[in-house]
Amino acid sequence: MTALLLTLLAPVAGAIVLALLRSLALAGWVNLAVSATSLAGAAWLAWSVALTGKVAGLGFRVDAFNVYLVVLTAFVGLTTAIFSRPYMRHVCAQGLTTEAGMRVYHAMYQAFMFTMLLALTTDNLGVLWVAVEGATLATVLLVSLYRTPEAVEAAWKYFILCGVGIALALFGTVLTYFAAQHVVADPAAGLTWSALYRQAGGLEPVVMSLAFVFLLVGYGTKVGLVPMHQWLPDAHSEGPTPMSAVLSGLLLNVALYAVVRLKMLVDGSLAGTPNPHLAGYLLMGFGLISFLVAGLFLHRQRDIKRMFSYSSIEHMGLMTFAFGLGGPLATFGALLHMLVHSLTKSAIFITAGHAAHIAGTQSIDRIRGLIRTQPAVGWSLLLGVAAIAGFPPFGVFTSEFLLLTATMKTQPWLTPVLLSGLAVAFAGLFRHLHPMVYGSAPEGQAPVQANMVPIAVHLGLVLWLGLAIPGYLAHWLDRATELITGSHLL
Amino acid sequence: MSLTPLPLLQQLVLVLAAIVLLTSFVLLAQARLVSAIHVFAWQGALVAAVTTLVAAAGASPHLYFSALLTLVLKALLIPWMLHRLARRLELDRHVETLRWPTLVIMAAVALVIFSYWLVLPMVQERLAFTRNIVAVSLAVVLIGLLMMVFRQQAVAQVLGFMSMENGLFLAAVSATAGMPLVVELGVAFDVLVAMVLFGVFFFQIRESIESLDVDRLNRLKETAEEGE
Repeated sequence: MTALLLTLLAPVAGAIVLALLRSLALAGWVNLAVSATSLAGAAWLAWSVALTGKVAGLGFRVDAFNVYLVVLTAFVGLTTAIFSRPYMRHVCAQGLTTEAGMRVYHAMYQAFMFTMLLALTTDNLGVLWVAVEGATLATVLLVSLYRTPEAVEAAWKYFILCGVGIALALFGTVLTYFAAQHVVADPAAGLTWSALYRQAGGLEPVVMSLAFVFLLVGYGTKVGLVPMHQWLPDAHSEGPTPMSAVLSGLLLNVALYAVVRLKMLVDGSLAGTPNPHLAGYLLMGFGLISFLVAGLFLHRQRDIKRMFSYSSIEHMGLMTFAFGLGGPLATFGALLHMLVHSLTKSAIFITAGHAAHIAGTQSIDRIRGLIRTQPAVGWSLLLGVAAIAGFPPFGVFTSEFLLLTATMKTQPWLTPVLLSGLAVAFAGLFRHLHPMVYGSAPEGQAPVQANMVPIAVHLGLVLWLGLAIPGYLAHWLDRATELITGSHLL
Repeated sequence: MSLTPLPLLQQLVLVLAAIVLLTSFVLLAQARLVSAIHVFAWQGALVAAVTTLVAAAGASPHLYFSALLTLVLKALLIPWMLHRLARRLELDRHVETLRWPTLVIMAAVALVIFSYWLVLPMVQERLAFTRNIVAVSLAVVLIGLLMMVFRQQAVAQVLGFMSMENGLFLAAVSATAGMPLVVELGVAFDVLVAMVLFGVFFFQIRESIESLDVDRLNRLKETAEEGE
């Protein structure tokens, strides 16, 4: 419990201190220290969950499923903070934002981390909603940090679309609570996930399926599922790069986590009805459409961060599809994919930030010859994209391979669709990547001071996961799989 | 589906809920911004009245607190903030005509019918009250959504957003006797923070496009040439 509180309260304290702190040089270090504390708490929490199975109490519930996301969130939070310290100082020195803007940035960075961790650890569906909405509120000012007309437009779009989406999710939550009234004895416990899960069989199926539609559309907006994805490319491309990294690497995961938790309730409620896999089919449909549409849109992009945000939509679609497919194999693959996608995508966004600084623009047409100007950045971009496109020996290959195998087992007719989707996405990424990395560098293009540590660590981990998944991690993911599907894979 | 056998208190709640739905229609079609803010305040007051009634019915005493919270937040504080913003942005006399008023109102009517159709599967007679109230609140939510789609003015969009929240709250209070207190406080906090941020954004938007007509926020396109 202490570990959980340390994980959660470090960002809260950090947000308050950083809002008051005037020294810009110090703020970056404080931000880093707070993230490190939170990660230490998360590691401790993971340790106690590994020993006891789960940590619960005070309205929180941490089990094998969410603890791995907690560790991942805190970890990416820390590495992005390491990257963000010099990067944001460079941004501030360029005059893109003011010192007051920097204070907002640092305070909101930690507030965002807090809402993410709260959403992951809470046992209450209402608090989950409050936290996910809080994550929008914390990041919306960061998207408009540079105050260009484009940034303001992106932020407004993000605010309105996610606000509407999340309002629909609240309606779904109310309906779930309504269904719980007849089942859970204590009305105050009617939104407690573990109480609902124990008695999921008694929840009114009609109300629950209606609720799930609202919840899926609501949280699906945050996952970036097509056709509710419109905010995502804008917010990712116009916001500061560290923000793109955490939005893509963490926020989308947390929203998907919420969807999966709710799917578990609905599956329990619909078990005896003629249509027990309704939730799964909905997820498969939305996931597959997102996967295919985003893959096609990759080809049309002209902005480097925009392109990679479409790649995020594509991968979130794939994970949603896999969770919808159900079964231990697909679920294990989806959990692994969440992990490797977060690590790879945040590394890519960090690299893209450096690339944009080198070229002085985010326009793909004008980023050229990275490998000549600054080999480290060029190679990182090349390796990162190779990893995200699913090349062996990177971890994304492993998880995608598992997902394909699961598809062949349960829905073989979808295999060609998935394979061609992967091929389309691969082509979309590489046609833009090649000139950016190998093209001839424009006159006068000079290397920038780049912090390669986070990128190296992330890509190294993804490589490691691709070559050999450590036993305890596989066991850990297997326990999460068992929680979600009820059966082991290993 | 006859409503007369229902207890009097439930009938009264239904009447009030129907008036909330009516205010949604007024909000949708009201061209003068300041009047729309007033209508929104009335809607908040009505939702607070429904909450008080449900609390008086003895379901749960913490609803008195929720009623007070709603009254302060939705009927007083947020309308006051919007009013002040409208004055500071010199929008007091702003009149925005809907582009297709008849069409929009027809769409809203269709949404009400759609909401009733959606709750049709809850057929048991004992759910007659809940079914009506869920349908009405869903209609309020969807009309709020419609308002955000069809109004081009940023302040009017915020009104739509806030009236969606009203609909959600109505559903939570009358169908389930209110959410747990911690959730309600969290939601109220989020709404308040959202309102403050909306205020910040009004100024940022006006600074960047010299108007609050969000239709003119159209620089971000799929294949647009990136300006530096």
